Amino acid sequence: MTAYLKLDHIDKIFTRGAATTEVLKDINLTIEKGQYVSIIGHSGCGKSTLLNIIAGLTTATTGGVLLENREVNSPGPDRAVVFQNHSLLPWLTVYENVRLGVDKVFAKTKTKAERDAWVMHNLNLVQMAHARDKRPSEISGGMKQRVGIARALAMEPKVLLLDEPFGALDALTRAHLQDSVMALHQKLGNTILMITHDVDEAVLLSDRIVMMTNGPSARIGEVLEVPLARPRKRLELATNTTYLKCRQRVLEFLYERHRFVEAA
Amino acid sequence: MNMPATKIEVETATPAATAAPVVAMTPKRPPRSEAYARMARETAVRVIPPLVVLALLTLVWELVCRRAGSALPPPSRVFKDTQELIFDPFFDHGGIDKGLFWHLSASLQRVALGYSLSAIAGIALGVLVGQSVWAMRGLDPLFQVLRTIPPLAWLPLSLAAFRDGQPSAIFVIFITSIWPIIINTAVGIRNIPQDYRNVAAVVQLNPLEFFSKIMIPAAAPYIFTGLRIGIGLSWLAIVAAEMLIGGVGIGFFIWDAWNSSHISEIILALFYVGIVGFVLDRLIAGLGKVVTRGTATS
Repeated sequence: MTAYLKLDHIDKIFTRGAATTEVLKDINLTIEKGQYVSIIGHSGCGKSTLLNIIAGLTTATTGGVLLENREVNSPGPDRAVVFQNHSLLPWLTVYENVRLGVDKVFAKTKTKAERDAWVMHNLNLVQMAHARDKRPSEISGGMKQRVGIARALAMEPKVLLLDEPFGALDALTRAHLQDSVMALHQKLGNTILMITHDVDEAVLLSDRIVMMTNGPSARIGEVLEVPLARPRKRLELATNTTYLKCRQRVLEFLYERHRFVEAA
Repeated sequence: MNMPATKIEVETATPAATAAPVVAMTPKRPPRSEAYARMARETAVRVIPPLVVLALLTLVWELVCRRAGSALPPPSRVFKDTQELIFDPFFDHGGIDKGLFWHLSASLQRVALGYSLSAIAGIALGVLVGQSVWAMRGLDPLFQVLRTIPPLAWLPLSLAAFRDGQPSAIFVIFITSIWPIIINTAVGIRNIPQDYRNVAAVVQLNPLEFFSKIMIPAAAPYIFTGLRIGIGLSWLAIVAAEMLIGGVGIGFFIWDAWNSSHISEIILALFYVGIVGFVLDRLIAGLGKVVTRGTATS
């Protein structure tokens, strides 16, 4: 297996005055190019912290992140993030929100017209071109998240980081958006790392599922390969034995071996 | 406000009798005359109550001050005494014997200068204090003490420093209106959601781009709150400062009228001061509304 993104012995300790909390302990993970990897775990297990470390928004206490064998420790467009609450800038239109990143990333390599076309291309990918002049407050939650995805995709990231991207959406919108992300992954072949707490979502979308133990000192408990052929169809999978087996494995891990104990 | 709704029903009911009912259901744009009528109605609803109250108050004032030996003149006398000032605000007999327009414009010029300076310095300091924890720890206590100093208390000191009335008055405006601008800007900057900072970090905006593309738009509603309080305070301060420094200006006009016992002129001047203050406030509020169009709705 060739390492594209490598998490190397990551520990994260939060210090607040004299009190220290070890959130992550010895996280090792290797991700191949083009893989879709999900990280699943109970809330509070530090999976968002892990994503922030990969994104460079927080630094690991020890250990590091290697992308194509180069250490990365500050945020950058090569690891674009789709945030849970979309984080679109409300004073910019849909187009301007995507354009903000494009203008920075392709400042030297693309002309103005090319950048414009590239923004529209990415809005088309998520079927949001029709709303280019709307402000975030004028579109629905699902549409905002589509724009968030377009903004991240438009930066041509080496790794696309999704931080519970569908968490704030209703079930129908979520299913619709999951299908869209699957189709995009199929079409563009991005390397994607997704944080989730939804078992079905993890099995449906991922090539590998990384299951995390409960914090503090969360570790990687188990890594499950999902040997389902792509393209995957939501309805057909409902009766697929491999799918059900994978789902069963994740559920067992989360609810039997690492049952969530309410933090005292 | 259910008048328009009933109008539409009446309008569509007629064709419904003859044509297919489906056709009748399509909403029609009300005719232009009706739109104007509605606009007039809405304006009337806003304008008539204050006018009625104003008329009543004037009436009470007239009745109270009409008696012989009353200390203050009734509105009718005010109007008679100040007719010349009202109808000819542009005369200029040299010195300080000028029309009210010139007094007001002199005051407004001082405010414009002092306020512009305080807006620029206030936003800059506010950004510094909002962005840097150490700047806040160092400067905030100082600001909290200085902002409680009444505007006029600064005047003797600034007269001593500048040795001239004009810059002293401008300094008083500046120092009065800067505090709310600094404090509100700092709060706005501190309240920028971490999400926006994360976005800026991922996109790798440089500090200058971060300032213009994230910070200012995100903090704009707060900044405009500060600017609006600031313009009100500076208008309060100018009248008081001008009473002391003399020369052309609405503040000194009032003081001069008092010294010559022209009470009616004082009342007229107060009326103008109120109107101008109101307009200034609305001006900044309107500007804020336009600028924060996007942010405010988030």
